Amino acid sequence: MTMQPIIEIKGIGKKYTISHSAGGYIALRDVLANIFKNPFRFAAHKAKTAMGIDTKEAFWALREVDLSINKGEIIGIIGSNGAGKSTLLKILTGITPPTEGEIIMRGRVASLLEVGTGFHPELTGRENIYLNGAILGMTRKEISQKFDAIVAFSGVEKFLDTPVRYYSSGMYVRLAFSVAAHMEPDILLVDEVLAVGDAEFQKKCLGKMEEVVKETGRTILFVSHNMAAVEKLCTKCVLIDGGRVKMVGNTKEVIDFYLHTRKEMSDSDLGARTDRKGSGFVRFNSCEVIEMDQEKHLLRLAIGYVNKTITPYVNAKVSIGIKNAKGEDLSNITNSVLDQKIELKPGKGMIEVEIKHFNLETGEYLLDLFMATDSLNSEILDVVVDAAVINVDNAGFYRTKRLPPVPSKVLFDFRFTQHP
Amino acid sequence: MPTSTETIENIIRPKKTFSLYDFREVWNYRELLAFFTWRDLKVRYKQTAIGALWAIFQPFITMVVFSVFFGTLAQIPSDNVPYPIFVYVGLLFWQFFSGALSDTSNVLISNQAIITKVYFPRLILPLSSVTTKFVDFAIAAFILAGMMIYYGYVPELASIAVIPLLLIITFMAAVGGGLFLAAINVKYRDVRFVLPFFIQTLLFVTPVIYPASIAGKYSWLLALNPMMGVIQTARATLLGTAPINWELVSISFAACLVLLVIGTVYFKKVERYFADVI
Repeated sequence: MTMQPIIEIKGIGKKYTISHSAGGYIALRDVLANIFKNPFRFAAHKAKTAMGIDTKEAFWALREVDLSINKGEIIGIIGSNGAGKSTLLKILTGITPPTEGEIIMRGRVASLLEVGTGFHPELTGRENIYLNGAILGMTRKEISQKFDAIVAFSGVEKFLDTPVRYYSSGMYVRLAFSVAAHMEPDILLVDEVLAVGDAEFQKKCLGKMEEVVKETGRTILFVSHNMAAVEKLCTKCVLIDGGRVKMVGNTKEVIDFYLHTRKEMSDSDLGARTDRKGSGFVRFNSCEVIEMDQEKHLLRLAIGYVNKTITPYVNAKVSIGIKNAKGEDLSNITNSVLDQKIELKPGKGMIEVEIKHFNLETGEYLLDLFMATDSLNSEILDVVVDAAVINVDNAGFYRTKRLPPVPSKVLFDFRFTQHP
Repeated sequence: MPTSTETIENIIRPKKTFSLYDFREVWNYRELLAFFTWRDLKVRYKQTAIGALWAIFQPFITMVVFSVFFGTLAQIPSDNVPYPIFVYVGLLFWQFFSGALSDTSNVLISNQAIITKVYFPRLILPLSSVTTKFVDFAIAAFILAGMMIYYGYVPELASIAVIPLLLIITFMAAVGGGLFLAAINVKYRDVRFVLPFFIQTLLFVTPVIYPASIAGKYSWLLALNPMMGVIQTARATLLGTAPINWELVSISFAACLVLLVIGTVYFKKVERYFADVI
């Protein structure tokens, strides 16, 4: 009986060199053209790189990460987008090697980085169970033994011999998760899988994971943005920020700390935030509440943007995601559902959003901002998660300034009528 | 694939060079290799209406077309062997090689969804492409057997030993070249547009549609092309066009070995970045 931790992470770092090529990949054509156009510059660059005077920009996705995880622990890994959570999981699974440091893992590892990896649309459900199982690291014998359990859990018995391209997305996810859920690794790495599937199936998955841990003492690393799920499942939590471990400890404490810092961050200048995605041709630069009227139940937001190009985007899509403090999505407000056109003119501009009957309970809410060139999201211009925090005070929602005796997440405008 | 349930200690460190462990790992994952091959065959035969017959159809039709144009109309010499069987022997090995080469060089791109999500030795993917093509080869070989009966050729007894050797050489050439191209293809995405042209050109510098003897005293130059040795020797042993030139076989073998080593080393060197670059 050893009391050694099942995973020991010692000083792990991962460096990426940022390439400035426009398309995201390098074309041999361009490289060759460059060599012919500027043979001297190319040679000088090569010489510099060889001598170690590296001119490339380096970016550390992870730095000096130390962690040790004991057998049977369920560890939540949280942090904002781009903090390095997924990079850590990728290193743990061996998909990408670390630049420095060492990890010792005492047990068989399996990952659920994305369910359905390797599913082939042309193959039947039955064939995909075998293929996917093999890709995830199960042997043919193991898959055959668990085949019936996998099928039963997924609930797609009737369609086993149908190619999966005819499956609905729900069936597809269920089958994929079932295969993954029946692996028997000592260490299971999970990344955001629960963001898919219907609510009932999500519950089933969470239940299965809990059962797996309790019965067999397996260790799970769970990366998620869903604070509610992390809180429910994990005993311990790790907060990663800017590639470093910022806090390790009791789940509740870590989550509270994270939510608190995130709120502070959203107070900082929106235009200067770097944790964003999209092409950046147009960027959000402000998001403010201009009116919150308790009596009229009205909320007005002003969203500022800068279009850095010289062309207007005539049919842009703008959406605002509303989340509660735990990060659960509550609603999404977008011009595309109304078929309303938004034109993003070059230079600075402002969009006003008016929400009538804003009826959420008193509390803090987070806003995600999203902007694309059209309603098909052909080109995503800017995405800022947790762009702003709004403090809703709906204590005066009802004329009487009283609130329902039972906590209510949503307040309705209602009226009673009596018929004798 | 780690099958044992006892505690396995796994150490992850920055990857430097490749070691013998890498090859043992490929062996451990052999079942996955079989699964990938099975997937590729299954999917391809499902997608085409004629299914497995496709493997026969392709070289057969090419043989007919070449026989009509190069054999009958252009009167290209064929070492005193009927042109159809002469060209079919060449095509059989050539299509195994060229098909494997082009599939291998694209295999990382076409499986990027898996590469970025799950770990397994990446060498498995190119190896499975070549294995898939080998199955096609085996099916298409039945046509050759039929043609040999039809034209009344009895292979030399030595061919039992020689043919597997030729297959090993072709395998090494395809894997070696394929690994190199696959790695380049990940790094430079425009390579795949040039590849079909490159492979097409290779066909004409390999004595598939013409005998190597056509080059006269320069035929030694062709010997640097490993597929030349393979095709020449296959014809020699199956059709008795000439005695087996062991020197040629050795040169081809050596050339392929070099190609395989270069391909593997380069592939392993670039491998660790695949998941980041793709």
